[in-house]
Amino acid sequence: MKVLLGIGGSEDSFRALSQTVERAVAAGDELTVGIVENPETAQTPDEIAAAVEERLAAAGLDAEVRQIPGDPGAELVRIAEDEGFDSIVLGGGERSPMGKIRLGHIAEFVLLNSRVTVTLVR
Amino acid sequence: MSERPYPDEPAGPFPTPPRTFTDGEGREITIRVHEGRNGAADDAFDALVRMYVDFDPADRAQGIPPIGERRVRDWLDVLMGGFNVIAWHDDRAVGHATLVPDGAVYELAIFVHQDYQHAGVGTELIRLLLGYGASEGVERVWLTVERWNQPAVSLYHSQGFETTEAESFELEMSLSLDQSSVES
Repeated sequence: MKVLLGIGGSEDSFRALSQTVERAVAAGDELTVGIVENPETAQTPDEIAAAVEERLAAAGLDAEVRQIPGDPGAELVRIAEDEGFDSIVLGGGERSPMGKIRLGHIAEFVLLNSRVTVTLVR
Repeated sequence: MSERPYPDEPAGPFPTPPRTFTDGEGREITIRVHEGRNGAADDAFDALVRMYVDFDPADRAQGIPPIGERRVRDWLDVLMGGFNVIAWHDDRAVGHATLVPDGAVYELAIFVHQDYQHAGVGTELIRLLLGYGASEGVERVWLTVERWNQPAVSLYHSQGFETTEAESFELEMSLSLDQSSVES
């Protein structure tokens, strides 16, 4: 499987990274990590990239890491289609103090607009 | 997350618990404050757990209440750190409303057991919770609600909540309280 993981620096996007890396190692997925600009998080793209590289190195997984400028949702959907990805993987939302799940704006956009399968990691 | 706006005008006034009323089905319902969790032998807490274990899964929203007694207990332990009122029909817990601390503000939610919906219990619960919260010094309250849940959205609007974000699957709403929000 050719998998595109979108990561913007939120907590749930890092959980998605961990699980997707684990799965890619086990299943032999071809993983691309796309770093997007998520206005809802404080981390810079470079900081996210460093954290991603560290996670990949720890798992011994060879994956492409690239910065995705522009609108995160729209670009993830476009790249997945243009480059023949089988699925897009994203964080499955954050929990409020009450425990309610709230999907991020990027996940909402991708869910509604993607033609390829979307996986939300919980 | 961006800074959430709150209405300039405080909402209310709201009554304070306890209060007994007759619901739309002629049942006598009493709403009382629940003061956190009082040790292992807390009958009220256990009654509330039973309400949630029996909660219709189709009435879940945004991942809560969780499913299974163990998860329900863990989740309620978190909620007990805030302000809680429970609706009682005799010794059966049939509804619950809560204000959970979120920094200096509070997140609100209400739940009514499926056997007691459409009988006015939710309206009483939210009004008494807001009265209780205001009397305890709560000033800012927010919530999210699935945008297709029109009865809930109407209920929140009718009590003074204003929509602060409408671009997501969920609406976010907020409300302000002060001492004038407590019915004298």
